[in-house]
Amino acid sequence: MATVQVSEAEKVYILHGIRDDLRVDGRGCEDYRHMEIETDVVSNTDGSAKVTLGDTAVLVGVKADIGKPRPMVPNEGYVEFFVDCSANATPEFEGRGGEELGTELSNTLYKVFNNKHSVDLKSLCISAGEHCWVLYVDVLLLQCDGNLYDAISVAIKAALFNTKIPRVHISADEEGGKEIELSDDPYDCVRLNVENVPCIVTLCKVGHRHVVDATLQEKACSVASLIISVTHKGTITCTRKVGGGSLDPESIFEMTEAGKRVGKALHAPLMKLLQQEESLGKARQKVGFLG
Amino acid sequence: MAADMRLPTIQKPVSLTFSAFDRKDLVVPGDVITSDTGFMRGHGTYVDEEKLTASVAGEVQRVDKLICVKPLKTRFNGEVGDVVVGRITEVQQKRWKVETNSRLDSVLLLSSVNLPGGELRRRSAEDELTMREYLQEGDLISAEVQSVFSDGALSLHTRSLKYGKLGQGVLVQLSPSLIKRQKTHFHNLTCGASMILGNNGFVWLYPTPEQLEEEAGGFYTSLEPVSVSDREVISRLRNCLLALAAHKVLLFDTSVLYCYESSVHHQVKDILKPEVMGEIVMLTQQKLLDQEG
Repeated sequence: MATVQVSEAEKVYILHGIRDDLRVDGRGCEDYRHMEIETDVVSNTDGSAKVTLGDTAVLVGVKADIGKPRPMVPNEGYVEFFVDCSANATPEFEGRGGEELGTELSNTLYKVFNNKHSVDLKSLCISAGEHCWVLYVDVLLLQCDGNLYDAISVAIKAALFNTKIPRVHISADEEGGKEIELSDDPYDCVRLNVENVPCIVTLCKVGHRHVVDATLQEKACSVASLIISVTHKGTITCTRKVGGGSLDPESIFEMTEAGKRVGKALHAPLMKLLQQEESLGKARQKVGFLG
Repeated sequence: MAADMRLPTIQKPVSLTFSAFDRKDLVVPGDVITSDTGFMRGHGTYVDEEKLTASVAGEVQRVDKLICVKPLKTRFNGEVGDVVVGRITEVQQKRWKVETNSRLDSVLLLSSVNLPGGELRRRSAEDELTMREYLQEGDLISAEVQSVFSDGALSLHTRSLKYGKLGQGVLVQLSPSLIKRQKTHFHNLTCGASMILGNNGFVWLYPTPEQLEEEAGGFYTSLEPVSVSDREVISRLRNCLLALAAHKVLLFDTSVLYCYESSVHHQVKDILKPEVMGEIVMLTQQKLLDQEG
């Protein structure tokens, strides 16, 4: 992760501020920074989203391809994640520098989505044992100012909401084999149900309290963080501890409860915003990467 | 507690209508400034087929026969006498390397700092070994540029009681071209906090110390908790600085103070929302124009 150097006195200042629930930029311990979400920014994907959280910017593209289902689960499709840390974000990511962080992020995403309910994999099946839809979710880090997991999870949820999978018809051809036909109409597509897609909340332990959406300076003052992925009902799908420091079992419980509360509160405004964006339709002014 | 999510909008820069007299000559790299060969070329320009062309994006400045282009966003080009706020990156044999947002790391020699107790003596081998006790990697200092090396690196000194290691506070990193050159860069603002506007774009906000600094040139850093009211003032100032920088307003003590006053009826964390930022900056520019006129 990109790191900043902080002096001892600055650390003490940040620590005392968090203890008094007044962070450096005036937020409370459980407030997020200003978030901007836009979908359908990359034209050659089936679904895409760009999320800006403070100074962190993340771009997600979803491509749907037809593939062979996994042997253990022949009537389900699957999702593949790949995270690319671009050198745009920080010079540390140049060449292979960002690979370690990228693999760590994608492994966590696999864990978060590794359950029956997040994405309805049965709806991705075309013909059992032979063909299914594979969703390739590619994440690109454009700018890094702390709190990557949260931004990535919001962007994935928005991109999956925006994904349009073409409708397929299976017909038997002359030799008795199956032939797959894609519908000619570009607007004839299937949308995914993203109700149960979880959002990730990162809680950093600073002093005796925890903060949500930590900036790089606050991250430099914390020794341990807890990553929790929460669905809109408040169910936790994955918990992970990162960082070299130790966490007290009581504080883990406290942080988990706070994470559930904050995570649950993220879903409703996000879905409302996505539906609002969808309803604007052609009238929406696309901002993209300029402006 | 709910996250503030919204759709992005194209940001329009806030600028009150200026008279044609105020219109600046802005160029981008490759723009031809003049075809007249009688001019001397200064910084930011080059000659391309007898035409004077700009090599950076900025404002054209002309002094008699000399034409130069002052860039809008650049690394800090230090001059003797500039006040800078920097972060120690390395501790070397008889000097510290300081990061000041310039092309090369600046140098702070051991002989250019004040020793504890204010004594004046020759630096010994023991001083060299205890350098890390005074300034470590990551520490922030305020210093003045003493000289410029031939390769462009700055040599700093903290030979006055007002310079030295910085204690508790907040650092805001902005572009050096936004800082106005003034007589003094150390301000005790009336709103209840103090500010150091480094020429290199680093602005240091800290709580106003109660008594005048008698403690040997900033060696002792107080780690006492800062009161919540002071914290709020500092956070508000930090957000105001970011708002002004986002709209490219020149920063000096008056503009920062006007921005602070225009922002009092908003909550501190709301200042970073785009529409609130635009409103506050508009009010500030209005006040500045009124003050000039």
